Amino acid sequence: MKELGFLDSPENRKKVRKYFFMALGGLLLIDPFIDKHPEFLWEGAPFFYAVYGFAACVSLIFIAKVLRLIVRRDKDYYRK
Amino acid sequence: MMQAIPPAAVLIFGAMAVPFWKGRVKSAYLLFLPAAVLIDLMGMPEGNYWIIEFLGYELIFGRIDKLSLVFGYIFALITFIGMIFALHVKDDLQHMAACVYAGSALGVTFAGDLLTLYIFWEIMALSSVFLVWSRKTEESLRAGWRYLLVHLVGGLVLLAGILMYVAETGSPEFAYIGLGKYGIASYLILIGFAVNAGLFPLHPWLPDAYPEATATGAVFMSALTTKSAVYVLARTFPGSIELAWIGAFMTCFPIFYAVIANDMRRVLAYSLLNQVGFMICGIGIGTPLAINGAAAHAFCHILYKALLFMSMGSVLHMTGKIRATDLGGLYKTMPFTCLCCMIGAASISAFPLFSGFTSKAMTISAAAHENRVVIWFFLQFASAGVFHHAGIKVPFFTFFGHDSGIRTSDPPLNMRLAMGTAAFLCIFLGVYPQPLYQLLPYPVDYVPYSAFHVIGMLELLMFGALAFTLLILSGFYPPEMRAVNLDTDWFYRKGADAFMWFVNRPMAWVGRLLRKIGFDYMPRFFILMSKDPMGVILVVKDSILLQIFKLSESDFVSEVEQRLAKHKKSYPAPFRYWGLGPAVFWVILLLSFYLAVVLNQSD
Repeated sequence: MKELGFLDSPENRKKVRKYFFMALGGLLLIDPFIDKHPEFLWEGAPFFYAVYGFAACVSLIFIAKVLRLIVRRDKDYYRK
Repeated sequence: MMQAIPPAAVLIFGAMAVPFWKGRVKSAYLLFLPAAVLIDLMGMPEGNYWIIEFLGYELIFGRIDKLSLVFGYIFALITFIGMIFALHVKDDLQHMAACVYAGSALGVTFAGDLLTLYIFWEIMALSSVFLVWSRKTEESLRAGWRYLLVHLVGGLVLLAGILMYVAETGSPEFAYIGLGKYGIASYLILIGFAVNAGLFPLHPWLPDAYPEATATGAVFMSALTTKSAVYVLARTFPGSIELAWIGAFMTCFPIFYAVIANDMRRVLAYSLLNQVGFMICGIGIGTPLAINGAAAHAFCHILYKALLFMSMGSVLHMTGKIRATDLGGLYKTMPFTCLCCMIGAASISAFPLFSGFTSKAMTISAAAHENRVVIWFFLQFASAGVFHHAGIKVPFFTFFGHDSGIRTSDPPLNMRLAMGTAAFLCIFLGVYPQPLYQLLPYPVDYVPYSAFHVIGMLELLMFGALAFTLLILSGFYPPEMRAVNLDTDWFYRKGADAFMWFVNRPMAWVGRLLRKIGFDYMPRFFILMSKDPMGVILVVKDSILLQIFKLSESDFVSEVEQRLAKHKKSYPAPFRYWGLGPAVFWVILLLSFYLAVVLNQSD
């Protein structure tokens, strides 16, 4: 079977990244213009979901790293 | 109109005939069973069917209403898809186990009383464990035993709760129970259900056993056990706010584990717990919108979670590898699997136009309507987090990331067909959720697609992806590594070790001692006593005297020795077993001393 290799070239990787950042910029541009119907006050704040999504994922990784320090054991831990 | 056969019976009795077919006929038969159930369910009017009198109780095998039907449909549908996925497997035991397992899940779903429910509950545990054992590795054997033991204990707790409940109410009716009203019975029933639902902290059997199941078996397991438990909880404990809190917590804590897990199917198992958390939370909130959300989410979740397990099962089937440390760059040779995995990932992440979007939001909206601020923040955190591990991590580390050098191909036609069907349904329900909304237990006036909702969700997800990108590029993202991550199963895995040590050492020692005393010392003593009691007393007396004189280096030693020899000689039987070791003598002396002191003090 033919092998795909689209992401092997650095140019294509760059392109993918470019479109991704363009999409992010587009979302930020649209945000102030949409008709919001928030259930909570803060939901109506501009860019609330963008900020919360970013903050959530960064804190997720921080907490996961700390968790790994606590719960990580050797892969044969239960075999001994 | 009364239907001919209960859905559970079609699959459970149908399974018995599997070994008698061969080749294409067998494949057709395996697909016919779940298809027959689907057709059986369609157009089945609501009501109670197949009622059997048993010991004065009514056993109801078919309670058909909207709540049981929506779960019945999806269980039958996923069994059909899972069977397509498993057609290439040449192992009748697996096929039979899958059929019986799916049949018993349907039996639980349509049970109208708790006794029927309990019977199918146990069949479910006993049949599904074969899907783990069929992997035939040492680790799967061990994990299967742990899985079985946990479920049997959970089943016993459930049985105890049911018996107490029946004793209290006089009726085994399977309906709303609620927390508190029936005291300890309701808590025992809740714990029994919670084990299968994977409620924290009773969840670790799931990420323990599912990654060890066969490539095809895990698909059935991901769909049936937890979701049938979600169904019974929706029936018995809706509106118990404790469940909303446990559910909200459950949406969050597994994602941390998912981020650091190495086995891709373990990542999926943790994300399964996170998704079940949304459903449990909806049940706990208990409003019609929330219950609808839980049921809709269960429906969509079964499809995309099975799709994800199928894509990872395909990778395992084709490469024999499943750990993130071993995989990467597979999009080059498995493009179809990669595409299906990404559709599943988009669905579980609730991207607009994919199925999770139209179902998950109902639960979050319900939390907002009830003004549950903290729960709402938990659920939104989990929404971003699930994209992070199931949406990005699974496809990224398997199909992209660094090139592992593995060159393979897409899996056989039946596996592709199954994945394609599930992927199509994921998109279909995302674009056009109305057919699903019509199946839900309460009337739906929910509109998922509004500009605010779509843009809000996209912002949440895309900026979560931005965080992932930046952390990967900066090298801060926790690297994949082979390791064991402790979970609450530590308590029973290490606890079992401790228990075995206790049995093997202190308890066995006491047992040996008791056996020696009961079967050696005492019979010998009585045998000796029975021949010449006076002689024995003289021997014992002189033995003790001898020890004392030896200590005090008295002149009487030789005299007592001679007398003792004479006593022994004149005794009618040989004195083989007698004799006080010096150590025992010291112990007796010490104890006598203590006794004397204690008796003195108590005066």
